[in-house]
Amino acid sequence: MLLTLPIVLPLGTAIALHLLPRRSRLLRVVAFLGALLSLVAAVAILLRTLSAGIQVLQVGSWPAPFGITLVADLLSALMVVMAAIIGVAVTGSSFAGVDPRREGLGYHALIHILLMGVSGAFLTGDIFNLYVWFEVMLIASFVLMSLHRTRAQLHAAFTYVGLNLLASAFFLTAIGLLYGQAGTLNFADLAHAWPERRTPGLDAALSMLFLTSFGIKAGLFPLFFWLPASYHTPPAAVGALLAGLLTKVGVYAMIRVFTLLFPDPSASVYTAILVMSAITMVVGLIGALGQHDLRRVLSFNLVGHIGFTTVGLALWTPAAIAGSILYVLHHMLVISTLFLVSGLFLRQKRTTDLRALGGMYRAQPFVACLALIPLFSLAGIPPLSGFIAKLAIVGSMIESRHYLLAGISLSVSLLTILSMARVWEEAFWKQAPDQPARSAHQPRLSAAILGPVVFLVTLTIGLTLAADPAYRVATRAAEQLLDADGYVRAVLGEGVPRAAR
Amino acid sequence: MELLLAVVAGVLYATGLYLMLRRRLAQLIIGLGLLSNGSNILILSAAGVTRAKPPLITGASIAADQFADPVPQSLILTAIVIGFGVLAFALVLAHRIHQSAGSDDIDSFGADSTQALPAKVDRA
Repeated sequence: MLLTLPIVLPLGTAIALHLLPRRSRLLRVVAFLGALLSLVAAVAILLRTLSAGIQVLQVGSWPAPFGITLVADLLSALMVVMAAIIGVAVTGSSFAGVDPRREGLGYHALIHILLMGVSGAFLTGDIFNLYVWFEVMLIASFVLMSLHRTRAQLHAAFTYVGLNLLASAFFLTAIGLLYGQAGTLNFADLAHAWPERRTPGLDAALSMLFLTSFGIKAGLFPLFFWLPASYHTPPAAVGALLAGLLTKVGVYAMIRVFTLLFPDPSASVYTAILVMSAITMVVGLIGALGQHDLRRVLSFNLVGHIGFTTVGLALWTPAAIAGSILYVLHHMLVISTLFLVSGLFLRQKRTTDLRALGGMYRAQPFVACLALIPLFSLAGIPPLSGFIAKLAIVGSMIESRHYLLAGISLSVSLLTILSMARVWEEAFWKQAPDQPARSAHQPRLSAAILGPVVFLVTLTIGLTLAADPAYRVATRAAEQLLDADGYVRAVLGEGVPRAAR
Repeated sequence: MELLLAVVAGVLYATGLYLMLRRRLAQLIIGLGLLSNGSNILILSAAGVTRAKPPLITGASIAADQFADPVPQSLILTAIVIGFGVLAFALVLAHRIHQSAGSDDIDSFGADSTQALPAKVDRA
């Protein structure tokens, strides 16, 4: 019952929001409360999963391979919590004011539909159901991106829509072929019964199809080009939502599908993931250095750091996967914060072009120092959360003798520092280009605007302080992921004989 | 029958992808539609085609090989519904773009129409 809450609560909230009058202030309150309730439910699931192991719910009491199963292992539970946290921050940021037209067109309800799709994708134990949740989430994000209907946003939305639909078509193709081979769609049943029926050739083709479709969604090189071309156009709150959640759903799906369905770390697909992750890091960060718009810099950083979140899968050790999980958690928080910070600039100066910004430190040192934390955390400066996550990943690389890879990761961190220092220097530190004229009537940032940023920065600091417990939870999650038999027995019941893996 | 379906699916994928590589919005959308139909046929043929054995259980005892597998059909049904919704959205989006840009050539949109952030929403 508990497992349905992260799906049912946003759905209920979205319905309630549609029933409320179009222009009332109540919309924001209801949306925010709904997000808070989802967060409570998500934390409850996480606690239950921590204490009692993998949680399973057979929807409609259909026994496992026949109906749809909801499964929360530690990774799912952690991701659901993060999604709910970002949901709270984004709905909270609407108190500072939303364009009334967007609000009238169902902005708040769409955010909740998107959150529902994301939570559903994290919790489902059925691969076709995963496809359906992907589509729910995508449709909501399509509409959120194109609500504004300025030219730039429409074009960006079209790039985004086209590429994501292509990814979905690949995913559906892979599911069709998989069903033809295995005769089942339940993850646990696939992991349990499929190995006896698989053929090596189709196996390789399937893994590449999954890699392509999830790679497009996650933003891996060479499939990421839609991302920097579209993520800088929607309003900052929507940008924070998309940047924090959608690519991570791709990463999550990749981890889930590959650990359960392709449990042979010597397969060629893992070499492909390794190489793609490494190139993604380098290309993303070099791309970031060439940009002048804050939100484009962030988009490229988002892409570059996706490499860190998928590389653990390719290394296939508990330590590496734990590092990647920790990195996903850290990255979701930090990149959303930074997109919200870009919203502060939008509100104050109506632009995020770095050349036109500046003087923030002089005008509002508190805000500037607040933004310093996620900036440095993204760059991985000790002792912030980014450093801890990177330490875990690079440590595991050295342990498994991937010295070149460790070297690449470390130089990419240097590039990130360069990119973040540039953002700090240009946006906060330097003199504003036309200071005397503007500063007189620059609106001060109210508590409502800063609230969500403060909330997320506090959580980043919390993740830093709780680094040890967080790392232990991530390690447990990674061990759960690598123990596919445990997953199978949790879903199909203890009576299932151990598969000959 | 399976061979025919496989060939049809292949042709749909090929034409769909070819059209998606074109520069016109309309062709891109038609390509998407063909692609999703191709994957529907692929699901049907990959799961095995059974002739004239509807998955309706009338008697009390019918062996599993006496009727077609209903799962791929339900998958396709779901995929058709989703594909329809997505395609409708893409069409509206393309129509809006055509209205605002006055052309449906993707390259004519301007390389960097995204730099400036308009303060006001245009009326399009």
